[in-house]
Amino acid sequence: MMAHATQDTAIRTGRAVRMLIYLVLVLFALFYMLPLYVMLVNSVKPLDEITGGGMMNLPQVWTLAPWAKAWSSAQIGVEPTGLSPYFWNSIKMVVPAVAISTILGALNGYVLTKWRFRGDTILFGLMLFACFIPFQIVLIPMARMLGLMGLAGTTWGLVLVHVVYGIGFTTLYFRNYYAVFPTELVRAAQIDGAGFFQIFWRILLPSSGPIAVVSIIWQFTNIWNDFLFGASFAGADSQPMTVALNNLVQASHGVKEYNVHFAGAILAALPTLLVYIVAGRYFVRGLMAGSVKG
Amino acid sequence: MGFLDIDNTTKSYGAVEVLHNVDISIEEGEFLVLVGPSGCGKSTLLNMIAGLEEISSGEIRIKDQVMNGVHPSKRNIAMVFQSYALYPNMKVGQNITFGLEMHGTPKPEREKAMREVANLLQIEQLLDRKPGALSGGQRQRVAMGRALVRDPDVFLFDEPLSNLDAKLRVDMRTEIKKLHQKLGTTIVYVTHDQIEAMTLSTRIAVMNGGYVQQLGTPQDIYDTPANIFVATFMGSPAMNVVPARVAVENGKPMARVALHDGTETALPFSQDNMADWDGKDILLGIRPETITDEDAADRKSSNIAHMTNRIVVTEPAGSDTFVTMTMGGKDVIARMRSDAEVHPGADFTFAVNMEKAVAFDPATEARIAP
Repeated sequence: MMAHATQDTAIRTGRAVRMLIYLVLVLFALFYMLPLYVMLVNSVKPLDEITGGGMMNLPQVWTLAPWAKAWSSAQIGVEPTGLSPYFWNSIKMVVPAVAISTILGALNGYVLTKWRFRGDTILFGLMLFACFIPFQIVLIPMARMLGLMGLAGTTWGLVLVHVVYGIGFTTLYFRNYYAVFPTELVRAAQIDGAGFFQIFWRILLPSSGPIAVVSIIWQFTNIWNDFLFGASFAGADSQPMTVALNNLVQASHGVKEYNVHFAGAILAALPTLLVYIVAGRYFVRGLMAGSVKG
Repeated sequence: MGFLDIDNTTKSYGAVEVLHNVDISIEEGEFLVLVGPSGCGKSTLLNMIAGLEEISSGEIRIKDQVMNGVHPSKRNIAMVFQSYALYPNMKVGQNITFGLEMHGTPKPEREKAMREVANLLQIEQLLDRKPGALSGGQRQRVAMGRALVRDPDVFLFDEPLSNLDAKLRVDMRTEIKKLHQKLGTTIVYVTHDQIEAMTLSTRIAVMNGGYVQQLGTPQDIYDTPANIFVATFMGSPAMNVVPARVAVENGKPMARVALHDGTETALPFSQDNMADWDGKDILLGIRPETITDEDAADRKSSNIAHMTNRIVVTEPAGSDTFVTMTMGGKDVIARMRSDAEVHPGADFTFAVNMEKAVAFDPATEARIAP
């Protein structure tokens, strides 16, 4: 991806300077990788190797048992179910929440830029407030609303909370992206006879790849990693992964199985990592090439 | 009633009126060019014909159907945009047929129409490519194909050539003219380039400040400009406009113009009605190509005047040599043959074809003769 970076650089540097830069960068990279290393090596050790000290050592006996236990048999709260049911709870919450908030954000951005109306800038400004409201402030009113709507303790309740909370961000992304989307394309489509939704589905959305990826990554990471809403609004059978991980790690009885905790923590972080790895490269892709004079 | 009527139409944004009482009517098959400097309202007027901008007052009719409030897709028009506005996610073929698809034309008919248009514009080999993979000239053709395939009543072109380089622009200009002659369609074309306006149109509307300054054939506009704005906007180099005073000598009205050294020369008018202006100041308009040397003067003209003036600068341009001199305190450009013997700083006797001269009222800037 960055293959031409060396030919494209603005500042020419000597070999010695370059070596120094790389050395510093590698050191920083190692430092930042350290926690991941600790988590990984300790998640594949038997517990007695950890309690015996030597957190940084490689395992003497390699084992995947902590991973299996964290996934399917560790004690979460009162049930020995492992993290797996909560993982699926999270998926059932995250996928619709991300999809709905992204599509609504795209629609908002489309209307705010291509179907301007009186007061649209003020409306957009108000929507931006959603990005600055701290989670804690909305907890009690949200609990009341969910109760009134009969969604308290359900996965769909959580989906609603995350959609409402995310829509400010997704609208911001799409509005700014569509603001520079050539309006002539919309006009051409109007003359061609396309309606409001046809223009959206056929012209705008197919050109929205980069910003959709940004929105999806942002929303996925935030919703997957959310703990507060999950802990506050989820019922026993809709608790997300983050809450379950907390219950696993915070358990106040028995032996602290650090290797299982590490494995569980990695399991909880894997989906967001995966999203970055799969979608990250679309971040920089310009799909707009060729629509206007290039 | 014409084929396309713009009837006393205005456009306002809030309290600001940007187009004032525009009246244009053209017949089927005409090529109307709206030309003017940027901000003159020409694109706004085009968008109003397209239905992309609302009409504040007045009426626009196509084939005697009132178009006010009619959705763009229901006006049976097609538009070529300055940026081409090709849908980046669709192949060229889909770009061309998108309008037909939206209008519910069955697929076999769409395919057939697409083939015909692609053949006409010679873009068959591009049909499976995305717009991003095309050059500027190819995109221009695709944009025209998208308009042609609809077989509309009126084609609207919004500065379609301004994104092309100079050579391609001239080629595409000829191409558009050929297409118009071949298909005989009605076209409204917006440009700020007066040469495009002259070469393409059957009718020109010169616009400035939200007013149509003059509507006429290219020849009308060039030979008898309605006012000084039209006179100097159309033509390159621009028409020379110099202050002069009318004096009747031996019963003939003459324009007395100061030369480089302050002495005056008398250039006889071809129009006797200029005698009414005896003793008054006017502005005299002389096209550069009507000031020549004696040998190149138009033999058919009945009114060649001579004057001796000093040459300030000569600019050989290959086919012509442009000569700058001073008349009435202003720089005046003459378009001479390239082999005319002209030298900077020398005095030269010019032949002025006064038959083509135009006189303007200095107060209103409107044409008073011919």
